[in-house]
Amino acid sequence: MAEAVHTGIGASVRRKEDARFITGGGRYTDDINQPGQVYAAFLRSPYARARIDRIDAAEALALPGVLAVLTGKDMAADGLGDLPCGWLVKQKDGSDMVSAPHPPLAHEVVNYVGEPYGVVIAESAPAARHAAEAVGTDFTELHAVVDPARAMESEDIHAGVVGNLAYDWVLGEQEATERALASAAHVTRLDLTNNRLIPNAMEPRAALGVYDKASGEHVLYTTSQNPHLERLVLSAFVQVAPEHKLRVVAPDVGGGFGSKIFIYAEETAVIWAARKVNRPVKWTAERSESFLADAHGRDHVTHAELGLDADGRFVALKVSTTANLGAYLSTFGSSVPTYLYGTLLAGQYKTPNIFVEVHGVYTNTAPVDAYRGAGRPEATYVVERIVETAARELGRDPAELRRLNMIQPKDFPYETPVALTYDTGDYEASLNKALALIDYAGFPERRAAAAKNGRRRGIGFACYIEACGLAPSKLAIALGAGVGLYESGEIRVNPTGNVTVFTGSHSHGQGHETTFAQVVSDRFGIGIDDVEVVHGDTGRVEFGLGTYGSRSLAVGGSALFKAADKIIAKGKRIAAHMLEADPGEIDFEDGRFVVRDSNRSLGFGEVAFAAYVPSNYPDDLEPGLSEKAFYDPANFTYPAGTHIAEVEVDEQTGVATVVDFVAVDDFGNVVNPLIVHGQVHGGVAQGIGQALMEHGIYDEFGQLQTGSYMDYWMPRADDLPDFRVDTTVTPCTHNPLGVKGCCEAGAIGSPAAVMNALTDALGVNHISMPATPEKVWRALNGQ
Amino acid sequence: MKLKLTVNGTPHDIDVPPNTLLVDVIREHLHLTGTHVGCDTSQCGACTVHLDGRAVKSCTVLAGQADGAAVTTIEGIGAADDLHPMQAAFREHHALQCGFCTPGMIMAAIDLVRQHDHLDRRAVREGLEGNLCRCTGYHNIVDAVIAAAPQLAKGVGRG
Repeated sequence: MAEAVHTGIGASVRRKEDARFITGGGRYTDDINQPGQVYAAFLRSPYARARIDRIDAAEALALPGVLAVLTGKDMAADGLGDLPCGWLVKQKDGSDMVSAPHPPLAHEVVNYVGEPYGVVIAESAPAARHAAEAVGTDFTELHAVVDPARAMESEDIHAGVVGNLAYDWVLGEQEATERALASAAHVTRLDLTNNRLIPNAMEPRAALGVYDKASGEHVLYTTSQNPHLERLVLSAFVQVAPEHKLRVVAPDVGGGFGSKIFIYAEETAVIWAARKVNRPVKWTAERSESFLADAHGRDHVTHAELGLDADGRFVALKVSTTANLGAYLSTFGSSVPTYLYGTLLAGQYKTPNIFVEVHGVYTNTAPVDAYRGAGRPEATYVVERIVETAARELGRDPAELRRLNMIQPKDFPYETPVALTYDTGDYEASLNKALALIDYAGFPERRAAAAKNGRRRGIGFACYIEACGLAPSKLAIALGAGVGLYESGEIRVNPTGNVTVFTGSHSHGQGHETTFAQVVSDRFGIGIDDVEVVHGDTGRVEFGLGTYGSRSLAVGGSALFKAADKIIAKGKRIAAHMLEADPGEIDFEDGRFVVRDSNRSLGFGEVAFAAYVPSNYPDDLEPGLSEKAFYDPANFTYPAGTHIAEVEVDEQTGVATVVDFVAVDDFGNVVNPLIVHGQVHGGVAQGIGQALMEHGIYDEFGQLQTGSYMDYWMPRADDLPDFRVDTTVTPCTHNPLGVKGCCEAGAIGSPAAVMNALTDALGVNHISMPATPEKVWRALNGQ
Repeated sequence: MKLKLTVNGTPHDIDVPPNTLLVDVIREHLHLTGTHVGCDTSQCGACTVHLDGRAVKSCTVLAGQADGAAVTTIEGIGAADDLHPMQAAFREHHALQCGFCTPGMIMAAIDLVRQHDHLDRRAVREGLEGNLCRCTGYHNIVDAVIAAAPQLAKGVGRG
């Protein structure tokens, strides 16, 4: 039981945060209440596109307990700004993308079902909801644009956005790619859709705005993955309150998966309304509201062509995608189908020519933004579906065709034709381990056994790559990002020798309170219980860019690593003085400052105490032992791996079941294997959900057909198999921990693996996601 | 309407409108915020509590239906220094991430294990299909329930 003793880097430490979650002691936004608190209910559009002609609030205002009915016009009159899109994408012709104004509360037109255009404030939540229903709004319904594939030929939604085109974006060499395709020995062509998903973190979004008239201070408690970014946007762009008078607290947050990155109307409205009515204002989404008004994910229509030479080497990949951005550009909506998608199309392969064109279009649907994987699952789906299809067309073993084309360890650093430089990897190592785990050689036998039971069995691969650890700030800003993508960390060593760690990386399931404590306790040689990790409060943590893109440990963890270096360096100076040695002679080992080649040493706690009670102390050194660091990564990190799915199809019912799933991932060094495996499980579950179950569907009028758990098929315990996960390791070369990030890989690799397995089982090259029993049954029966 | 409820062993006299849901009494009146609300269609199970020993979705029970009954919530089965075997198993097997579905999942799992002698992994999956988790993919939840089951079967253990 070495594990029970070892709590540092590499140990499967049981999570510190679990103590409160398993006893009901978690503190989520809806668990927080303030004296005098009132409640918000939003007025939401029943139409996909309509002009607001008149809002009659008289009846609602006459109801008991109603304080106010506030509209988008009121908000605009108070001078609040629009919700900005944080990433400016440059078009093919060099011009800026076309960004339609996005007022937090609509005031002239509404552009998707569920879009908020006003808010009712009342003494209780039921009273607020009841009053919202009593508000009479006259709309003139307008023609709605729903189908992204036809958006460019439809009526313009926004004035000044011609053809509903936000941008026409390209990456790679078009001519060279087309030339290589024209001379290829074989070209595989594939049309794909990447289905719209609705994130569905189990905790619905919530916000509580508090305003103190005497001090002018605002506090916003909200379900955010990045409270500092929320504060920055709300002060700099929306201008709800100046940054130094606004504190944003994201307490325990019940899952995010991207959907809680973005700055939404509702949190803007409660903080504004709290000032208007001079009472704390609380809003908690009902699940129906989450379906309508959380940013959705994916929603691509793609045509792809892969050229191969006579030996089966990839010579060119050409991809054309229409990405549905929804009614407005959400916070990071523009970057997901461009910089997080097109750049990943090299995958694990040495394809020399790649060209991608993306048309980002507006439709009268909820805004689409980052959802677990964000662009990288879409890229992986294109690459791994077309590679598998090419293997079938050429009669090649799909694993071996991939192996033939893989970038090899000797090729790193490897510059792709789509703007990334992979630092390290060993893709064959993951492939080989996955093939062994699944028992690839035994598959024909398993397939034959299934056939005897009326079940068709297939096997499918996905060898994915992702770019994580977002991102070098200068590069990101040059590509249009509105903020840097570093992270901050602070370590305060307390006088008694225990440690408080402050990080900008919010934790909402990832287990930072444990892994970050492992990193810090490992550096200082102190017990993990002597390290407390604080996150999620702009009043306590200096700054932060937040948690998304599997960046927390690679960027936020590295910031703490740097801060720890500074602590140790200062500790050496203090220890040197106390031990009458030169600082250059002091080593820090196993929690002790030691004079090299001597038996003289001081413990970490002794030095900490001396820093705060500085009697025997260097004259030229400040007291205290507290250090900050900002870490700006030198490159993205590149987790990669092989996922293999085996799927069985019941010929009678069309039900497809994932019967085995193997994931072998290279995340670089692993701090906590237990947590890493858990992250893979969750991602794979979401990916299987995308492949077989989940679909956000709008009808032709723009009404959401999948607006509840009765209609939107969330993966349940009995829908999923056990997962078999393992890792290989090539440490990241450019961050001090050698880590790459693990939280999205499962959702990136699994949809392609499952669909490759399903199409293998069915003997067809394509069936669209989600492959519901109806679709599978039709494919089986040629309908 | 006036009600008598015993919650986590403590008797309460409660006066609420007749359309009040049990979950609202638990969260809003008794401030036991460990029980969560994750949906509005009784599909997610985050609000699962025990009503006279059996798991119910407390968003689907009117407070009036629980008059005179004993309610146990996540706060009533163990404490940080004295965990219920199911709580301990969830921690040991990393069966939770964001923690939002966890209280309901634990309450549902306890009832499931009490009702069945020999649960295999498939039976655990089917038994918990009324509780949604978006984080874990359920694998580790199944591990935890299988591990805790022998300690809870047929009256062994508490709660």
